[in-house]
Amino acid sequence: MAEFFQSIGNWFNGLKADFVLNFIKDNRWRYLTDGLMNTLKITVFAALLGIVLGFIVAIIRSTYEQTGRLKILNAICRVYLTVIRGTPAVIQLMITYYVIFASVDISKLLVAIIAFGVNSGAYVAEIVRSGIMSVEKGQTEAGRSLGLSYTSTMARIVMPQAFKNVLPALANEFITLLKETSIAGYIALPDLAKGGDIIQSLTYEPFLPLLAVAAIYLVIVMLLTYLVGKLERRLRKSDRR
Amino acid sequence: MIDVRNLEKAFGDHLVLKGITETIHKGEKVVIVGPSGSGKSTFLRCLNLLETPTGGEIVFDGVDMLDRKTNINRMRMRMGMVFQHFNLFPHLTILKNITLAPVKLGVAGKKEAEENAMRLLEMVHLADKAQSYPAQLSGGQKQRIAIVRALAMNPDVMLFDEPTSALDPEMVGEVLEVMKKLADDGMTMVVVTHEMGFAREVGTRVMFMDEGVIVEQNTPDEFFANPQSPRLKDFLSKVL
Repeated sequence: MAEFFQSIGNWFNGLKADFVLNFIKDNRWRYLTDGLMNTLKITVFAALLGIVLGFIVAIIRSTYEQTGRLKILNAICRVYLTVIRGTPAVIQLMITYYVIFASVDISKLLVAIIAFGVNSGAYVAEIVRSGIMSVEKGQTEAGRSLGLSYTSTMARIVMPQAFKNVLPALANEFITLLKETSIAGYIALPDLAKGGDIIQSLTYEPFLPLLAVAAIYLVIVMLLTYLVGKLERRLRKSDRR
Repeated sequence: MIDVRNLEKAFGDHLVLKGITETIHKGEKVVIVGPSGSGKSTFLRCLNLLETPTGGEIVFDGVDMLDRKTNINRMRMRMGMVFQHFNLFPHLTILKNITLAPVKLGVAGKKEAEENAMRLLEMVHLADKAQSYPAQLSGGQKQRIAIVRALAMNPDVMLFDEPTSALDPEMVGEVLEVMKKLADDGMTMVVVTHEMGFAREVGTRVMFMDEGVIVEQNTPDEFFANPQSPRLKDFLSKVL
Protein backbone atom coordinates (compact mmCIF):
# COMPACT_ATOMS: atom_id res chain seq x y z
CA MET A 1 0.00 0.00 0.00
CA ALA A 2 2.74 2.39 1.02
CA GLU A 3 4.47 1.58 -2.21
CA PHE A 4 1.40 2.55 -4.14
CA PHE A 5 1.22 5.95 -2.49
CA GLN A 6 4.90 6.37 -3.02
CA SER A 7 4.51 5.83 -6.76
CA ILE A 8 1.59 8.21 -6.97
CA GLY A 9 3.63 10.78 -5.11
CA ASN A 10 6.53 10.26 -7.48
CA TRP A 11 4.26 10.69 -10.44
CA PHE A 12 2.93 13.95 -9.05
CA ASN A 13 6.39 15.21 -8.33
CA GLY A 14 7.42 14.35 -11.87
CA LEU A 15 4.38 16.14 -13.24
CA LYS A 16 5.15 19.17 -11.13
CA ALA A 17 8.73 19.22 -12.39
CA ASP A 18 7.48 18.87 -15.97
CA PHE A 19 5.05 21.68 -15.41
CA VAL A 20 7.77 23.97 -14.10
CA LEU A 21 10.08 22.97 -16.95
CA ASN A 22 7.49 23.50 -19.69
CA PHE A 23 5.61 26.57 -18.51
CA ILE A 24 7.33 28.35 -15.62
CA LYS A 25 11.04 28.21 -16.49
CA ASP A 26 12.18 31.16 -18.61
CA ASN A 27 8.54 32.33 -18.68
CA ARG A 28 7.76 29.68 -21.30
CA TRP A 29 4.03 30.14 -20.73
CA ARG A 30 4.39 33.29 -22.74
CA TYR A 31 4.73 31.19 -25.89
CA LEU A 32 1.19 30.01 -25.22
CA THR A 33 -0.33 33.37 -24.28
CA ASP A 34 1.37 35.26 -27.10
CA GLY A 35 0.41 32.47 -29.47
CA LEU A 36 -3.15 32.59 -28.24
CA MET A 37 -3.32 36.32 -28.90
CA ASN A 38 -2.20 35.74 -32.48
CA THR A 39 -4.67 32.89 -32.92
CA LEU A 40 -7.51 35.09 -31.67
CA LYS A 41 -6.46 38.05 -33.82
CA ILE A 42 -6.33 35.87 -36.93
CA THR A 43 -9.66 34.19 -36.13
CA VAL A 44 -11.57 37.38 -35.36
CA PHE A 45 -10.33 39.40 -38.32
CA ALA A 46 -10.49 36.47 -40.74
CA ALA A 47 -14.05 35.80 -39.57
CA LEU A 48 -14.97 39.44 -40.21
CA LEU A 49 -13.40 39.33 -43.65
CA GLY A 50 -15.12 35.99 -44.28
CA ILE A 51 -18.50 37.39 -43.30
CA VAL A 52 -18.13 40.41 -45.58
CA LEU A 53 -16.90 38.32 -48.52
CA GLY A 54 -19.39 35.55 -47.86
CA PHE A 55 -22.41 37.82 -47.72
CA ILE A 56 -21.36 39.67 -50.87
CA VAL A 57 -20.86 36.42 -52.76
CA ALA A 58 -24.09 34.91 -51.41
CA ILE A 59 -26.10 37.98 -52.41
CA ILE A 60 -24.57 38.04 -55.88
CA ARG A 61 -25.25 34.34 -56.36
CA SER A 62 -28.84 34.41 -55.17
CA THR A 63 -29.60 37.63 -57.05
CA TYR A 64 -28.41 35.89 -60.19
CA GLU A 65 -30.48 32.81 -59.42
CA GLN A 66 -33.63 34.80 -58.73
CA THR A 67 -33.44 37.60 -61.27
CA GLY A 68 -30.79 36.61 -63.84
CA ARG A 69 -28.89 39.82 -63.19
CA LEU A 70 -25.14 40.06 -62.29
CA LYS A 71 -24.16 37.29 -64.68
CA ILE A 72 -20.45 38.12 -64.87
CA LEU A 73 -20.07 38.67 -61.14
CA ASN A 74 -21.82 35.36 -60.56
CA ALA A 75 -19.33 33.60 -62.83
CA ILE A 76 -16.42 35.15 -60.91
CA CYS A 77 -17.98 34.05 -57.64
CA ARG A 78 -18.33 30.50 -58.88
CA VAL A 79 -14.66 30.34 -59.81
CA TYR A 80 -13.78 31.68 -56.36
CA LEU A 81 -15.94 29.07 -54.63
CA THR A 82 -14.60 26.21 -56.72
CA VAL A 83 -10.95 27.10 -56.23
CA ILE A 84 -11.16 27.86 -52.52
CA ARG A 85 -13.29 24.88 -51.60
CA GLY A 86 -11.34 22.58 -53.91
CA THR A 87 -7.88 23.15 -52.42
CA PRO A 88 -6.51 22.64 -48.89
CA ALA A 89 -6.36 25.69 -46.65
CA VAL A 90 -2.73 25.08 -45.81
CA ILE A 91 -1.79 25.28 -49.51
CA GLN A 92 -3.83 28.47 -49.88
CA LEU A 93 -2.01 29.94 -46.89
CA MET A 94 1.40 29.09 -48.30
CA ILE A 95 0.52 30.35 -51.77
CA THR A 96 -0.68 33.61 -50.22
CA TYR A 97 2.56 34.02 -48.29
CA TYR A 98 5.24 32.53 -50.53
CA VAL A 99 3.77 33.43 -53.93
CA ILE A 100 1.25 36.27 -53.87
CA PHE A 101 2.94 38.37 -51.19
CA ALA A 102 6.44 36.94 -51.77
CA SER A 103 8.00 40.22 -52.84
CA VAL A 104 5.93 42.43 -50.58
CA ASP A 105 6.97 43.44 -47.09
CA ILE A 106 3.87 42.47 -45.19
CA SER A 107 3.28 41.12 -41.70
CA LYS A 108 2.62 37.42 -41.41
CA LEU A 109 -0.39 38.18 -39.29
CA LEU A 110 -1.97 40.18 -42.10
CA VAL A 111 -1.16 37.43 -44.61
CA ALA A 112 -2.82 34.87 -42.35
CA ILE A 113 -5.89 37.07 -41.87
CA ILE A 114 -6.26 37.51 -45.62
CA ALA A 115 -5.68 33.84 -46.42
CA PHE A 116 -8.04 32.53 -43.74
CA GLY A 117 -10.59 35.27 -44.43
CA VAL A 118 -10.70 34.50 -48.14
CA ASN A 119 -10.93 30.79 -47.34
CA SER A 120 -13.71 31.23 -44.81
CA GLY A 121 -15.61 33.58 -47.12
CA ALA A 122 -16.23 30.73 -49.55
CA TYR A 123 -17.82 28.56 -46.88
CA VAL A 124 -19.77 31.46 -45.39
CA ALA A 125 -21.07 32.28 -48.89
CA GLU A 126 -22.58 28.85 -49.38
CA ILE A 127 -24.03 28.81 -45.87
CA VAL A 128 -25.63 32.23 -46.34
CA ARG A 129 -26.89 31.31 -49.80
CA SER A 130 -28.60 28.23 -48.41
CA GLY A 131 -30.11 30.51 -45.77
CA ILE A 132 -31.44 32.91 -48.38
CA MET A 133 -32.93 30.00 -50.31
CA SER A 134 -34.55 28.66 -47.15
CA VAL A 135 -36.69 31.80 -46.85
CA GLU A 136 -40.02 31.21 -48.54
CA LYS A 137 -40.58 32.84 -51.91
CA GLY A 138 -43.79 34.33 -50.52
CA GLN A 139 -41.72 36.57 -48.27
CA THR A 140 -40.03 38.21 -51.25
CA GLU A 141 -43.36 38.45 -53.05
CA ALA A 142 -45.00 40.11 -50.07
CA GLY A 143 -42.19 42.63 -49.82
CA ARG A 144 -42.21 43.38 -53.53
CA SER A 145 -46.01 43.60 -53.66
CA LEU A 146 -45.84 46.42 -51.12
CA GLY A 147 -43.57 48.35 -53.47
CA LEU A 148 -40.27 47.62 -51.73
CA SER A 149 -37.30 47.31 -54.09
CA TYR A 150 -35.42 44.05 -54.51
CA THR A 151 -32.59 45.45 -52.38
CA SER A 152 -34.88 46.64 -49.57
CA THR A 153 -36.74 43.35 -49.58
CA MET A 154 -33.46 41.49 -49.31
CA ALA A 155 -32.13 43.72 -46.55
CA ARG A 156 -35.23 44.08 -44.39
CA ILE A 157 -37.14 40.86 -44.98
CA VAL A 158 -35.06 38.04 -46.45
CA MET A 159 -31.63 38.53 -44.88
CA PRO A 160 -32.76 38.78 -41.24
CA GLN A 161 -34.64 35.50 -41.61
CA ALA A 162 -31.81 33.88 -43.56
CA PHE A 163 -29.32 34.94 -40.91
CA LYS A 164 -31.39 33.42 -38.16
CA ASN A 165 -31.73 30.17 -40.08
CA VAL A 166 -28.02 29.79 -40.72
CA LEU A 167 -26.66 31.03 -37.41
CA PRO A 168 -25.78 27.56 -36.09
CA ALA A 169 -24.03 26.64 -39.35
CA LEU A 170 -22.23 29.97 -39.35
CA ALA A 171 -21.06 29.46 -35.77
CA ASN A 172 -19.74 26.05 -36.71
CA GLU A 173 -17.85 27.60 -39.58
CA PHE A 174 -16.10 30.02 -37.21
CA ILE A 175 -15.31 27.26 -34.74
CA THR A 176 -13.76 25.37 -37.64
CA LEU A 177 -11.90 28.52 -38.62
CA LEU A 178 -10.49 28.94 -35.12
CA LYS A 179 -9.12 25.41 -35.18
CA GLU A 180 -7.93 25.70 -38.76
CA THR A 181 -5.72 28.69 -37.93
CA SER A 182 -3.48 26.16 -36.18
CA ILE A 183 -1.78 25.64 -39.54
CA ALA A 184 -0.42 29.20 -39.34
CA GLY A 185 2.86 27.61 -38.25
CA TYR A 186 3.44 26.68 -41.88
CA ILE A 187 4.39 30.28 -42.57
CA ALA A 188 6.29 30.41 -39.25
CA LEU A 189 3.66 32.53 -37.60
CA PRO A 190 3.80 31.98 -33.82
CA ASP A 191 0.17 31.14 -33.08
CA LEU A 192 -1.10 28.99 -30.22
CA ALA A 193 -0.27 25.65 -31.84
CA LYS A 194 3.15 26.91 -32.85
CA GLY A 195 3.68 28.14 -29.27
CA GLY A 196 3.18 24.63 -27.94
CA ASP A 197 5.53 23.41 -30.65
CA ILE A 198 8.26 25.83 -29.62
CA ILE A 199 8.05 24.81 -25.96
CA GLN A 200 8.26 21.17 -26.98
CA SER A 201 11.36 21.84 -29.05
CA LEU A 202 13.00 23.49 -26.03
CA THR A 203 12.04 20.88 -23.43
CA TYR A 204 11.75 17.70 -25.51
CA GLU A 205 8.52 17.07 -23.58
CA PRO A 206 5.48 16.75 -25.86
CA PHE A 207 2.89 15.74 -23.27
CA LEU A 208 2.14 18.89 -21.31
CA PRO A 209 2.55 21.49 -24.08
CA LEU A 210 0.23 19.62 -26.41
CA LEU A 211 -2.27 19.00 -23.64
CA ALA A 212 -2.22 22.69 -22.71
CA VAL A 213 -2.71 23.77 -26.33
CA ALA A 214 -5.60 21.36 -26.80
CA ALA A 215 -7.23 22.51 -23.56
CA ILE A 216 -7.02 26.17 -24.55
CA TYR A 217 -8.63 25.52 -27.96
CA LEU A 218 -11.32 23.47 -26.26
CA VAL A 219 -12.16 26.17 -23.73
CA ILE A 220 -12.49 28.82 -26.44
CA VAL A 221 -14.67 26.58 -28.58
CA MET A 222 -16.92 25.81 -25.62
CA LEU A 223 -17.19 29.50 -24.82
CA LEU A 224 -18.10 30.29 -28.44
CA THR A 225 -20.70 27.53 -28.50
CA TYR A 226 -22.25 28.90 -25.34
CA LEU A 227 -22.42 32.44 -26.72
CA VAL A 228 -23.97 31.30 -29.99
CA GLY A 229 -26.62 29.35 -28.07
CA LYS A 230 -27.53 32.52 -26.20
CA LEU A 231 -27.73 34.57 -29.39
CA GLU A 232 -29.86 31.90 -31.04
CA ARG A 233 -32.34 31.98 -28.18
CA ARG A 234 -32.61 35.73 -28.53
CA LEU A 235 -33.24 35.51 -32.27
CA ARG A 236 -35.91 32.89 -31.63
CA LYS A 237 -38.03 35.43 -29.81
CA SER A 238 -40.34 35.82 -32.77
CA ASP A 239 -41.04 32.07 -32.93
CA ARG A 240 -42.53 31.89 -29.47
CA ARG A 241 -46.18 31.14 -29.35
CA MET B 1 -58.34 51.77 -63.98
CA ILE B 2 -56.61 48.57 -65.10
CA ASP B 3 -56.63 47.79 -68.81
CA VAL B 4 -55.43 44.36 -69.82
CA ARG B 5 -54.95 43.67 -73.49
CA ASN B 6 -54.23 40.29 -74.96
CA LEU B 7 -52.36 39.15 -71.87
CA GLU B 8 -50.36 35.97 -72.29
CA LYS B 9 -48.27 34.05 -69.82
CA ALA B 10 -46.36 30.88 -70.55
CA PHE B 11 -44.32 28.76 -68.17
CA GLY B 12 -41.90 27.12 -70.56
CA ASP B 13 -44.04 25.56 -73.27
CA HIS B 14 -47.15 25.62 -71.16
CA LEU B 15 -49.43 28.53 -72.03
CA VAL B 16 -51.33 29.42 -68.87
CA LEU B 17 -52.99 32.65 -70.01
CA LYS B 18 -54.15 32.64 -73.60
CA GLY B 19 -54.69 36.25 -74.48
CA ILE B 20 -56.91 37.94 -71.93
CA THR B 21 -58.45 41.32 -72.66
CA GLU B 22 -60.28 42.94 -69.79
CA THR B 23 -60.86 46.27 -68.10
CA ILE B 24 -61.28 46.77 -64.38
CA HIS B 25 -62.96 50.03 -63.50
CA LYS B 26 -62.56 52.12 -60.39
CA GLY B 27 -64.81 50.97 -57.57
CA GLU B 28 -65.53 47.59 -59.11
CA LYS B 29 -65.35 44.41 -57.09
CA VAL B 30 -64.37 41.80 -59.63
CA VAL B 31 -64.53 38.24 -58.38
CA ILE B 32 -62.70 35.60 -60.41
CA VAL B 33 -63.72 31.98 -60.02
CA GLY B 34 -62.75 28.84 -61.84
CA PRO B 35 -61.29 25.38 -61.41
CA SER B 36 -57.72 25.08 -60.12
CA GLY B 37 -55.17 25.39 -62.88
CA SER B 38 -57.47 27.68 -64.85
CA GLY B 39 -54.95 30.53 -64.65
CA LYS B 40 -56.95 32.80 -62.37
CA SER B 41 -54.17 33.24 -59.82
CA THR B 42 -51.62 33.76 -62.56
CA PHE B 43 -53.86 36.42 -64.08
CA LEU B 44 -54.08 38.21 -60.74
CA ARG B 45 -50.34 37.94 -60.16
CA CYS B 46 -49.66 39.39 -63.60
CA LEU B 47 -51.58 42.53 -62.68
CA ASN B 48 -48.83 43.69 -60.29
CA LEU B 49 -46.12 41.84 -62.21
CA LEU B 50 -45.34 39.24 -59.59
CA GLU B 51 -45.48 37.13 -62.72
CA THR B 52 -43.97 38.69 -65.81
CA PRO B 53 -46.35 38.33 -68.75
CA THR B 54 -44.91 36.80 -71.89
CA GLY B 55 -47.19 38.81 -74.11
CA GLY B 56 -49.80 41.56 -74.17
CA GLU B 57 -50.22 44.78 -72.28
CA ILE B 58 -51.22 45.95 -68.82
CA VAL B 59 -52.04 49.61 -68.39
CA PHE B 60 -52.68 50.85 -64.87
CA ASP B 61 -54.08 54.37 -64.62
CA GLY B 62 -52.64 55.24 -68.00
CA VAL B 63 -49.19 53.85 -67.21
CA ASP B 64 -47.85 50.97 -69.28
CA MET B 65 -46.75 48.49 -66.62
CA LEU B 66 -44.54 46.54 -69.01
CA ASP B 67 -42.62 49.57 -70.24
CA ARG B 68 -39.01 49.19 -69.08
CA LYS B 69 -39.02 52.84 -68.05
CA THR B 70 -41.95 52.35 -65.67
CA ASN B 71 -40.91 52.32 -62.02
CA ILE B 72 -42.67 49.13 -61.06
CA ASN B 73 -42.09 49.67 -57.34
CA ARG B 74 -43.99 52.95 -57.43
CA MET B 75 -46.86 51.26 -59.28
CA ARG B 76 -46.97 48.39 -56.81
CA MET B 77 -47.29 50.85 -53.93
CA ARG B 78 -50.74 51.60 -55.27
CA MET B 79 -51.80 47.95 -55.64
CA GLY B 80 -52.23 46.09 -52.39
CA MET B 81 -51.99 42.34 -52.49
CA VAL B 82 -53.22 39.65 -50.10
CA PHE B 83 -51.88 36.13 -50.45
CA GLN B 84 -53.32 32.71 -49.79
CA HIS B 85 -50.57 31.96 -47.26
CA PHE B 86 -50.61 35.42 -45.66
CA ASN B 87 -46.83 35.88 -46.03
CA LEU B 88 -46.50 37.97 -42.91
CA PHE B 89 -42.91 38.71 -41.96
CA PRO B 90 -42.26 36.28 -39.10
CA HIS B 91 -39.26 38.15 -37.68
CA LEU B 92 -41.19 41.39 -37.15
CA THR B 93 -43.93 42.36 -34.73
CA ILE B 94 -47.40 42.94 -36.13
CA LEU B 95 -46.93 46.69 -35.87
CA LYS B 96 -43.60 46.48 -37.74
CA ASN B 97 -45.15 44.23 -40.37
CA ILE B 98 -47.62 47.01 -41.08
CA THR B 99 -45.33 50.04 -40.82
CA LEU B 100 -42.22 48.67 -42.54
CA ALA B 101 -43.19 49.53 -46.11
CA PRO B 102 -44.95 52.88 -45.50
CA VAL B 103 -42.02 54.19 -43.45
CA LYS B 104 -39.33 52.78 -45.73
CA LEU B 105 -41.04 54.14 -48.84
CA GLY B 106 -41.76 57.52 -47.35
CA VAL B 107 -45.55 57.23 -47.48
CA ALA B 108 -45.68 58.27 -43.84
CA GLY B 109 -43.34 59.19 -40.99
CA LYS B 110 -42.75 56.60 -38.29
CA LYS B 111 -45.21 58.11 -35.83
CA GLU B 112 -47.86 58.75 -38.45
CA ALA B 113 -47.48 55.22 -39.84
CA GLU B 114 -47.85 53.73 -36.36
CA GLU B 115 -50.97 55.76 -35.65
CA ASN B 116 -52.41 54.71 -38.97
CA ALA B 117 -51.51 51.09 -38.28
CA MET B 118 -53.24 51.21 -34.89
CA ARG B 119 -56.34 52.73 -36.48
CA LEU B 120 -56.42 49.93 -39.07
CA LEU B 121 -55.81 47.32 -36.38
CA GLU B 122 -58.80 48.66 -34.47
CA MET B 123 -60.87 48.27 -37.62
CA VAL B 124 -60.06 44.54 -37.75
CA HIS B 125 -60.33 44.19 -33.94
CA LEU B 126 -56.70 43.26 -33.48
CA ALA B 127 -55.24 46.35 -31.82
CA ASP B 128 -54.15 44.27 -28.84
CA LYS B 129 -51.88 42.21 -31.09
CA ALA B 130 -49.68 45.12 -32.17
CA GLN B 131 -46.65 43.87 -30.25
CA SER B 132 -47.21 40.16 -30.97
CA TYR B 133 -45.35 38.16 -33.58
CA PRO B 134 -47.13 36.41 -36.48
CA ALA B 135 -46.42 32.96 -35.01
CA GLN B 136 -48.62 33.85 -32.04
CA LEU B 137 -51.70 34.47 -34.22
CA SER B 138 -54.35 32.23 -35.71
CA GLY B 139 -54.75 31.95 -39.48
CA GLY B 140 -57.75 34.24 -39.56
CA GLN B 141 -55.93 36.83 -37.50
CA LYS B 142 -52.87 36.58 -39.74
CA GLN B 143 -54.93 37.17 -42.85
CA ARG B 144 -56.67 40.18 -41.33
CA ILE B 145 -53.22 41.58 -40.48
CA ALA B 146 -52.08 40.88 -44.05
CA ILE B 147 -55.03 42.90 -45.33
CA VAL B 148 -54.17 45.72 -42.95
CA ARG B 149 -50.54 45.61 -44.05
CA ALA B 150 -51.59 46.13 -47.66
CA LEU B 151 -54.08 48.85 -46.69
CA ALA B 152 -51.40 50.77 -44.81
CA MET B 153 -49.95 51.81 -48.17
CA ASN B 154 -53.27 53.49 -49.09
CA PRO B 155 -53.56 51.50 -52.32
CA ASP B 156 -56.00 52.36 -55.10
CA VAL B 157 -56.80 48.72 -55.76
CA MET B 158 -56.60 45.55 -53.69
CA LEU B 159 -55.75 42.18 -55.20
CA PHE B 160 -56.79 39.08 -53.25
CA ASP B 161 -55.29 35.73 -54.20
CA GLU B 162 -57.50 33.06 -52.62
CA PRO B 163 -57.42 34.83 -49.26
CA THR B 164 -59.50 32.24 -47.41
CA SER B 165 -58.27 29.02 -49.03
CA ALA B 166 -55.64 28.27 -46.37
CA LEU B 167 -57.94 29.00 -43.44
CA ASP B 168 -59.79 26.69 -41.11
CA PRO B 169 -63.50 26.93 -41.96
CA GLU B 170 -64.42 28.73 -38.76
CA MET B 171 -61.97 31.52 -39.59
CA VAL B 172 -63.18 32.23 -43.11
CA GLY B 173 -66.00 34.45 -41.88
CA GLU B 174 -63.85 36.95 -40.01
CA VAL B 175 -61.67 37.52 -43.09
CA LEU B 176 -64.62 37.85 -45.47
CA GLU B 177 -66.18 40.32 -43.07
CA VAL B 178 -63.14 42.59 -43.33
CA MET B 179 -63.21 42.29 -47.11
CA LYS B 180 -66.89 43.19 -47.16
CA LYS B 181 -66.23 46.26 -45.08
CA LEU B 182 -63.49 47.22 -47.50
CA ALA B 183 -65.86 46.78 -50.42
CA ASP B 184 -68.49 48.92 -48.70
CA ASP B 185 -65.91 51.67 -48.28
CA GLY B 186 -65.56 51.79 -52.07
CA MET B 187 -62.24 50.02 -52.56
CA THR B 188 -61.56 48.66 -56.03
CA MET B 189 -61.04 44.94 -55.57
CA VAL B 190 -60.02 41.98 -57.67
CA VAL B 191 -60.63 38.76 -55.79
CA VAL B 192 -59.70 35.23 -56.77
CA THR B 193 -61.72 32.95 -54.53
CA HIS B 194 -63.72 29.79 -54.09
CA GLU B 195 -66.21 31.57 -51.81
CA MET B 196 -69.31 31.68 -54.02
CA GLY B 197 -71.29 33.36 -51.25
CA PHE B 198 -68.82 36.22 -51.23
CA ALA B 199 -68.91 36.47 -55.03
CA ARG B 200 -72.69 36.68 -54.98
CA GLU B 201 -72.93 39.12 -52.11
CA VAL B 202 -69.99 41.48 -52.62
CA GLY B 203 -69.00 41.17 -56.25
CA THR B 204 -70.16 43.70 -58.81
CA ARG B 205 -68.99 41.38 -61.55
CA VAL B 206 -68.12 37.70 -61.51
CA MET B 207 -65.73 36.17 -64.00
CA PHE B 208 -65.35 32.51 -64.81
CA MET B 209 -61.92 31.46 -66.01
CA ASP B 210 -61.02 28.10 -67.47
CA GLU B 211 -57.96 26.92 -69.37
CA GLY B 212 -56.38 30.34 -69.54
CA VAL B 213 -59.33 32.31 -70.89
CA ILE B 214 -62.26 34.19 -69.42
CA VAL B 215 -65.11 31.95 -70.51
CA GLU B 216 -67.97 34.00 -69.20
CA GLN B 217 -68.72 36.95 -66.94
CA ASN B 218 -71.78 38.69 -65.63
CA THR B 219 -73.37 40.43 -62.70
CA PRO B 220 -73.49 38.06 -59.72
CA ASP B 221 -77.26 37.54 -60.00
CA GLU B 222 -77.15 36.63 -63.67
CA PHE B 223 -73.91 34.71 -63.30
CA PHE B 224 -75.33 32.27 -60.79
CA ALA B 225 -78.98 32.24 -61.91
CA ASN B 226 -78.40 32.11 -65.61
CA PRO B 227 -75.05 30.60 -66.65
CA GLN B 228 -74.62 30.36 -70.41
CA SER B 229 -71.65 28.17 -71.27
CA PRO B 230 -71.68 24.44 -70.54
CA ARG B 231 -68.34 24.70 -68.77
CA LEU B 232 -69.67 27.25 -66.29
CA LYS B 233 -72.84 25.24 -65.78
CA ASP B 234 -70.72 22.21 -65.06
CA PHE B 235 -68.48 24.18 -62.69
CA LEU B 236 -71.39 25.70 -60.79
CA SER B 237 -73.07 22.34 -60.43
CA LYS B 238 -69.96 21.10 -58.67
CA VAL B 239 -69.37 24.02 -56.31
CA LEU B 240 -72.86 25.13 -55.39
